[in-house]
Amino acid sequence: MKIIYVDNNATTKVAPEVVDAMLPYFSERYGNASSMHSFGGGLIVDIRRARTQVADLIGARPEEILFTSGGTEGDATAIHAALQSHPGKRHIVTSRVEHPAIKNLFEQYGKNGYRVTFIPVDGQGRLDQAALFESLSEDTAIVSIMWANNETGVINPIDEISREVGSRGILFHTDAVQTVGKIPIDVSHSGVDLLSMSGHKFHGPKGIGALYIRKGTKFKPMVVGGHQEGGRRAGTENVPGIVGMGKACELAGSNLGDVGTRVRQLRDKLEHALLQTVPRSVANGGQAERLPNTTSIAFEYVEGEAILLMMNEYGICASSGSACTSGSLEPSHVLRAMGVPFTAAHGSIRYSLSHYSTEEEIDFIIAKMPPIIERLRQMSPFWKQAAEAALH
Amino acid sequence: MWEYTDKVKDHFLNPRNVGVIEDADGVGEVGSLSCGDALTLFFKLDAQGRIKEAKFQTFGCASAIASSSALTEMMIGKTLEEAEKITNDDIASFLGELPKEKMHCSVMGQEALEKAIACYRGETIKKPEGNLLCECFGITDRQIESAVRDHRLFTIEDITGHLKAGGGCGKCHENIQSIIDQVQGKPKAMRPAPVPLTNIQKIRLIEETLEREIKPALHQDGGDIELVDVDGQRVMVKLRGTCAGCKASQVTLKNTVEAKLRELVSKDLVVEEVRS
Repeated sequence: MKIIYVDNNATTKVAPEVVDAMLPYFSERYGNASSMHSFGGGLIVDIRRARTQVADLIGARPEEILFTSGGTEGDATAIHAALQSHPGKRHIVTSRVEHPAIKNLFEQYGKNGYRVTFIPVDGQGRLDQAALFESLSEDTAIVSIMWANNETGVINPIDEISREVGSRGILFHTDAVQTVGKIPIDVSHSGVDLLSMSGHKFHGPKGIGALYIRKGTKFKPMVVGGHQEGGRRAGTENVPGIVGMGKACELAGSNLGDVGTRVRQLRDKLEHALLQTVPRSVANGGQAERLPNTTSIAFEYVEGEAILLMMNEYGICASSGSACTSGSLEPSHVLRAMGVPFTAAHGSIRYSLSHYSTEEEIDFIIAKMPPIIERLRQMSPFWKQAAEAALH
Repeated sequence: MWEYTDKVKDHFLNPRNVGVIEDADGVGEVGSLSCGDALTLFFKLDAQGRIKEAKFQTFGCASAIASSSALTEMMIGKTLEEAEKITNDDIASFLGELPKEKMHCSVMGQEALEKAIACYRGETIKKPEGNLLCECFGITDRQIESAVRDHRLFTIEDITGHLKAGGGCGKCHENIQSIIDQVQGKPKAMRPAPVPLTNIQKIRLIEETLEREIKPALHQDGGDIELVDVDGQRVMVKLRGTCAGCKASQVTLKNTVEAKLRELVSKDLVVEEVRS
């Protein structure tokens, strides 16, 4: 069965060019970049090139890039560094719709003596900026706000927010894992001090990411040991991963145009078609500025896991905000924070496209979705009532 | 992704007996939209009192739909006396197996069946006995106690998988744990203190109990408690962190803090919250 992959916010296909770039670093050029011999030590040049490729994609300087194992480590490192560098400050601020990498981290700091403010969002997933600025005080060590949301694709105006936070002398971190490679980013025009990104979200390999640390930002390492990465992150360099991430950044830079136009049109086509053909469906965050590749659609009165498993029968891969797909019994905290009612949150499906998505695939999804939803609604004890109520 | 058996997949993708029986002899409705799953079960009897037709409508995940479908297959041809013996474990075995996180889907089937039979007999299902323990899913301590005993459950996850209890805000976890400990026979950590106590002794003991028994659990949920004053039998406390303003905090205060202090310090203590 052909796989129709519209789950690119979960992970992406590694670009063939990236695989080609990485392969020599497994069995041929397998040295340790910290070695004195040029077989290993010479890899510093390859790592430097990758660092430049990463920096170029986000408007940073190479020395501002720290390689990590991925987004989660980048987030944890950034917050750790900020708090260790400002031991007197006990207040941290984030939003209510963050990825678990930030959400659970902040909750943990909250249990360990920090005061945490979770800033709400409106019905479209837009951050309450006034509440954010109001929450800041002398005691605030860092503000961490995601650049774009993984479930809805809603984009926060990070340039403005970060400048405002920075003007008060407070550190600003952004989880840009879903943003890098999807829309143009230029940290040099923002007030962002720390930014996490992850290779596998834009056709790089898994297990590699980067943390941007603005020059001059106080830093304390989380992982200590060897002197790798200028003493900011110990551990033998993941050379194949670093090279792959660099290549992926280069490719992402040249594909930004495609994602911003063609992929956006495909996303819009999919969204419009589904909203039109499926009654009682809503695009979560549809009125807000969003990533060009993401749409989250709530199909009322059906349950997400059941939808996904029926889509799976056609080889269509997507995600859901439903409770039943996660370990928990509560639907997505993102949709709940937006005030999406339970009836819709349980039946929300996220479609996330990529540079590799084709019109043919989108047409296939457009054809298959309405009967799936209809079939599940016919099984649902609530549907007939709801449909009748809507008619009267 | 859940590991579903082929039989679960089959009953999900090709559910048997979907629909409504307009002139049903018995109807049972369980669940709700907010809970994430709901089932309405219908049956009709033949002249001999056997179930000749059973239908269902389900809102929920694959295992909820498969459990409903399986249940209708199992009911058909049985007398009500036979049908009422069907348990949630029978539904799960009929489907091969259900992931333990999904056992509540089969429980929903059993409950709908009980309700449908009660409906036919003109009985009303007694409200579950005991005190409400999991507010998110409306489960009582007695329900949890019998699930722990009847299904040999040992962890909070097992109970959440079975009854959904504890799967929401998580505030009831420590209460669930103490039921498990009670039923599964974990020895009590401490014996009740001897009485009578002097005032100083009482305050110290209250402080110790808060430190050892209460605070660690509250810290897990990001909350905290502080002893403000003790006046006779009145224990005044302040709630901090996530506890402050938490809707369930009054329940925690009475069911946990007060209960613990009564158990370990003095049986007529009354805990009061002081708001700042």
